[in-house]
Amino acid sequence: MPDAVLTVDAVTAGYVPDLPILRSVTLTAERGKLTVIIGPNGAGKSTLIKAVYGLVPISDGIITADGKGILGLSPDRMTSVGIAYVPQSDNVFRTLTIRQNLDLALQKHARADEKLSELYARFPVLADKQRDRAGSLSGGQRQFLAVAMALAADPGLILMDEPSAGLSPKAAEEVLDHAKQLTGQGVTILLVEQNVKQALKRADHCYVLAEGRNQIDGPAADLLQDPALGRIYLGRERRAQA
Amino acid sequence: MIGFISYLVFFSTVAAILAIAVLGLNLQWGNTGLFNGGIVASFGAGAYGTLILGGTPQDGHLGGFELFYPLALAGGMAFAGGLAWVVGRLTLRLRHDYLAIATFGVAVAFENVMRNATGVTGGAQGIRGFERPLQNLLGSGFSYNLVFLVAVLAFLALVYVFLERLTVSPFGRLLRAIREDETAARSLGKSPDRVRLAAFVTGSVIIGLAGGLYGTFYAFVSPQDVLPILTFQIWAMLIVGGAGNNRGAMAGAFLIWGAWTFSGWALSRFAPVEAQLYTGSIQFVLIGMVIVGMLLWRPQGLFPERLVVSQPGVDTGNKQRD
Repeated sequence: MPDAVLTVDAVTAGYVPDLPILRSVTLTAERGKLTVIIGPNGAGKSTLIKAVYGLVPISDGIITADGKGILGLSPDRMTSVGIAYVPQSDNVFRTLTIRQNLDLALQKHARADEKLSELYARFPVLADKQRDRAGSLSGGQRQFLAVAMALAADPGLILMDEPSAGLSPKAAEEVLDHAKQLTGQGVTILLVEQNVKQALKRADHCYVLAEGRNQIDGPAADLLQDPALGRIYLGRERRAQA
Repeated sequence: MIGFISYLVFFSTVAAILAIAVLGLNLQWGNTGLFNGGIVASFGAGAYGTLILGGTPQDGHLGGFELFYPLALAGGMAFAGGLAWVVGRLTLRLRHDYLAIATFGVAVAFENVMRNATGVTGGAQGIRGFERPLQNLLGSGFSYNLVFLVAVLAFLALVYVFLERLTVSPFGRLLRAIREDETAARSLGKSPDRVRLAAFVTGSVIIGLAGGLYGTFYAFVSPQDVLPILTFQIWAMLIVGGAGNNRGAMAGAFLIWGAWTFSGWALSRFAPVEAQLYTGSIQFVLIGMVIVGMLLWRPQGLFPERLVVSQPGVDTGNKQRD
């Protein structure tokens, strides 16, 4: 029996009542694994992750974290149940310094100084630039800061919404590599990604959504070789025809 | 000469009182991004509260509790804070222009209640029968006004120091964080709704303090003192001075109040007699032009927000990596 940190069971959700974006979506994120959600634009990937975090109203279904229901829990209480969220964009406070961003994230931490040193050791670039404004960081550095802020709450599960969006290929790989490294340290990652190949190379398990519904799921390595996925999402068929 | 000094004291007192109100608005807008279009309701709540609690008994309206002045002033601030809490609970989920419209509506309703609830507020005739503190000792002339100015400046300094400390405190950083990005703040386990309400109430209490001092200075308050133009004047002061900068907010108060009184004087002295009938209206237009002009050409104000680096860095031994 897999050790599920997060289970999403037949969830229907949307921004407007009676207009669901997600339709009976089911998903499991296993402890210490990198689970990736992929799918075409408008599939509901980001909506799913926001629904888990309490940012999108859910009209039906059940969500549990470590076996406890978290449906209806407000976003500001998610960190108290060990869940952190890294939004796709605007995930740092640009006019604050890097240190101030981290201080905000560490406000309620019992051993804030110790944790700060740990985060600086993990992301040396943030230590070097701690007095700079977050707005002055490059895209990749900004994602590192956002991840560091998420880690400040010592979460068991991190929800990441397209962390490689807008990054150079090199920076995107660094960010995804870091997400993978975190799973090696016991953190569970649920990641939404458009960068399908790169995400699948690092993920343990993958869910494919389209039009707000589950399409395929399975071990990421298998899906990477799955011709169905290639046809639909990676454009192999189109390239072959060309 | 003594007349000029006397006027200067009067001018400075009103400007300093308004500067306190602008500091309150700066906490709400400059630091937290709350578009309060109903400043005058908090200002009025402070003024009415102070005079009702501290005044002598009068026929025809509530009040005359003759409370010890500091208690009456604190009561006025508490009225302003209580009103802000209720308004905030109802409106702070709204954003920007919607919040501005809702709070502006509250301010208009406040003025109408003050004008029509005669049994409570004295109606159009306002609250009378308030004896200014220490008036028996100092009289009611120049010396009283001078002492009162010193007291108002002391309050202004206290509010300034309080807000400067707040700005660099963790709570101040949280305000700026929420102003910048609410979702990111939520992702860190912060509750923007609670923090915004706290900032709204705190700013309103400060504006209520300004209202209480204003009512004390004139020993009178009526619906004419809580007209919407005061909201726009205070906004103009903040926009001109520089939202997010407490020093700018205070400078803006003195500058705009100076421009307002000077324009009134100049219009009454130099404008044709027919135009003098419309002096007030012309001043309203001028205030509007100042706001629009600043927003077009210098939206950050004369004294832009200083982005404070409040803490020394931690030496992590990584300084040589570059």
